[in-house]
Amino acid sequence: MRPLLQILLTSLTLVLLSSCEGDRTVDKATQEKILLIGNSDEPADLDPQVVTGVIESNIITALFEGLCVQHPEKDGIHLPGVAEKWQASDDFKSWTFYLRKDAKWSDGSPLTTADFLFAYERILSPEFAAKYSEMLYFITNAEAFNKGDLIDFSKVGVEALDPHTLKFELKAPTPFLPDLTKHYTWFPVPKHTVLKYGAIDEKHTAWTDPGKLVSNGAFQLKSWRYNQFIEVERNPHYWDTDQVKLSAIHFLPIKNPYTEARMFFDGQLHVTYSLAPEMVKYSKENYAQNLRQEPYFTSSFLRCNVLSDKVSDPNTRKALAYSINRQSLIDNILQGGQIAAHALVPPIGEYQSPQMVEFDLAKAKEHLKKAGYGPSNPLRLRLLATDKDSTKRLCEAMQAMWKQTLGVEVSIEQFEWKTYLDKVHNSDYDLCIGGWVADYPDVSTFLDMWVKGGGNNRTNWYNEEYEALLKVGAQSSNPSQRIRTLEKAEEQLLKDMPIIPLYWASTNYLIDTSVKGWHPLLLNNHPYKFVDLENH
Amino acid sequence: MFKTILSRLGQGVIVVFFLLSITFVLVRLMPGDPLTDEKALPEHVIQKNREYYKLDQPTVVQYFHYLGNVAQGDLGPAMSKAGRDVFEIIRYSFPASLALGVSGILISIVVGIPAGIISALRKNSYIDYGTMVLAMFGISIPSFVIGPLLASSIASNVPFLKVAGWGDPLDWVLPSVTLGLATAAYIARITRGGMLEVLNQDYIRTARAKGVSQLNIILKHAMRGGIIPAIAYIGPAFAALISGSFIVETIFQIPGLGQHFINGALARDYNLIQGVVILFGILIVIANLAADIALALLNPRLRKA
Repeated sequence: MRPLLQILLTSLTLVLLSSCEGDRTVDKATQEKILLIGNSDEPADLDPQVVTGVIESNIITALFEGLCVQHPEKDGIHLPGVAEKWQASDDFKSWTFYLRKDAKWSDGSPLTTADFLFAYERILSPEFAAKYSEMLYFITNAEAFNKGDLIDFSKVGVEALDPHTLKFELKAPTPFLPDLTKHYTWFPVPKHTVLKYGAIDEKHTAWTDPGKLVSNGAFQLKSWRYNQFIEVERNPHYWDTDQVKLSAIHFLPIKNPYTEARMFFDGQLHVTYSLAPEMVKYSKENYAQNLRQEPYFTSSFLRCNVLSDKVSDPNTRKALAYSINRQSLIDNILQGGQIAAHALVPPIGEYQSPQMVEFDLAKAKEHLKKAGYGPSNPLRLRLLATDKDSTKRLCEAMQAMWKQTLGVEVSIEQFEWKTYLDKVHNSDYDLCIGGWVADYPDVSTFLDMWVKGGGNNRTNWYNEEYEALLKVGAQSSNPSQRIRTLEKAEEQLLKDMPIIPLYWASTNYLIDTSVKGWHPLLLNNHPYKFVDLENH
Repeated sequence: MFKTILSRLGQGVIVVFFLLSITFVLVRLMPGDPLTDEKALPEHVIQKNREYYKLDQPTVVQYFHYLGNVAQGDLGPAMSKAGRDVFEIIRYSFPASLALGVSGILISIVVGIPAGIISALRKNSYIDYGTMVLAMFGISIPSFVIGPLLASSIASNVPFLKVAGWGDPLDWVLPSVTLGLATAAYIARITRGGMLEVLNQDYIRTARAKGVSQLNIILKHAMRGGIIPAIAYIGPAFAALISGSFIVETIFQIPGLGQHFINGALARDYNLIQGVVILFGILIVIANLAADIALALLNPRLRKA
């Protein structure tokens, strides 16, 4: 018995001693050039043509590369990716991309236009039923093919002129096409690998498993420990591998933001996915050098169900909009560096959002009176919200503002995510909390949704004049003219105010000072090949 | 005894069947479905995806189709984690939950039973009051308070402990303690009650009168009967611990099974919810059976039943 006890004690001591050695996890990882990132949740898949979320996008952009690449610091600047150069016709409807001849997949096989054609045929295939196929509807006949109205893929506006020249015919002028090609739905997939594990229109095959996944980005998949981490390592066949400084990236699916913050403070992470609003003050006081609060191309607003008697009158909607003190919400509730929204579309490029919403109690009272509400006939309505704590606090603050300034009685109805969505889909609300995260850095991602029957509209509002302006804007091949037309369209939208803009969001996260080359970007889509790790 | 075990197993199959059937109906009564998404999908895409998951078929057809698959060991594809089977998710997640659950229950037994016995032996003393007050704290303070407190106060200051993560066995320490403490508190209170009842029995008094040592009285005579209520509790508690804890898993970033109960329900991932409920049902049946066998071994009257 005694020798056994001795062995046990010695082993325990050795384990403890070995664990005591060395620095924090991030310090060791920094030396080995391994970036440790919090990524919120386990990805649904790693197939760029199946997924729809930011979590998946964060990993997929490390594994795959599109025709163009995001600049590490500047939005709107497009760097060569698989395409070494490109050119557009004068009307931005016809684009030609010239693929680099040294582009390869991670198994060493050449990447050609055939892979792009295969990828686009696959994602648009009706049988494949990709949830994000709409991202390719900019291409002529893509929508018809996706809906099964067109059988022949060769009639879709994408063509391989040779193994290294890809030509797009678009249904409308699209000056922001290079931005679209940075979205994972536009990435190529390895035809030879996908077909090895299933048919072109077969989803969820084994081709994305570790050891099988072949990619063309700066990194390749090394291991996937379910619900623990996904490890990607440098891809030796990547055309720009000399530029890549990191040896590997570990994506950790940490769902709880408080756990994630604790892990960061404990030196287990280089970058967090987010930062809970409750942790912002503490981080400002104790980790000011690590806290980042950056603009994010996202708009938060209240949807108004215009079919509801309570908010069918634009005057009611305006009264509610003018009586919200947005800056107070940001300073006291959100505390995350958001910007009070005076319109729907957040600031981008030369686009000037109309100044249509402000905190003006006199105007609010005037509009409420016009709508026929007052002390003798108080307005009572329901505000639908999700069950997040921060959303609850936001709703309660607005509820108090409306009550104190206008005497409006608002009951807050909170539901978990899917029930909330179900109620929004069924228009079972008067007002509801909403928001939109841009898919690509262009104004149209915010404006195109408010059309008659638009799937993401969900306010039941439509306006022919607004839609006519959108059409004019979409057909305009002059970028400045297009922007001015879209500004008018937004003005038209906010005249009716089916949505009440609240704030333009920001990303809040923590980043270790050893991380270099990680700059603010509107879509928070940091190109990992420019990221480096350096010891303090 | 053998007949009893067979009978219990038979009952277990029926229990799991009803559990599965009720869950199948209840999950479909929740608002929304697996394809309800923030971003609107084209109708033809929704239709194809419904076909893929057989959601386009009548509920009765879905039910029998699912039963047939389960009978063949196929729990179906997870609807929220495309491309993964529910069985695969359970296979990946169960080892962590098992390790955590076993270490948690061991801590709760090692702490709870001695605490209960000592309390009973020192009835109405400061030791008894102190132990029971601590037990009340253990029961009353939820794990989402204890867990972060342990992580912040201990793990942040002890070099070989991490605030969260699941890499080496040292990572098991704090989550196991968090998980085990609440159960230990229950076990201590139950053991105390059981021991007090036994210690007042005539045969204990006789043993004392015969001059048997206190240690022998406790170990050979009192404990055998005194811990019976605790063992009846430990069975299902063990099943609950090894099937995972959503709270402890999220606090300590453990790749366990518990999170799939909650996340499956939130995502309306019917197959995932049903899969983990089946597993939980089976574990409860087995744990109860094991507790019954243990009780029969301790109590000869039960062996004849």
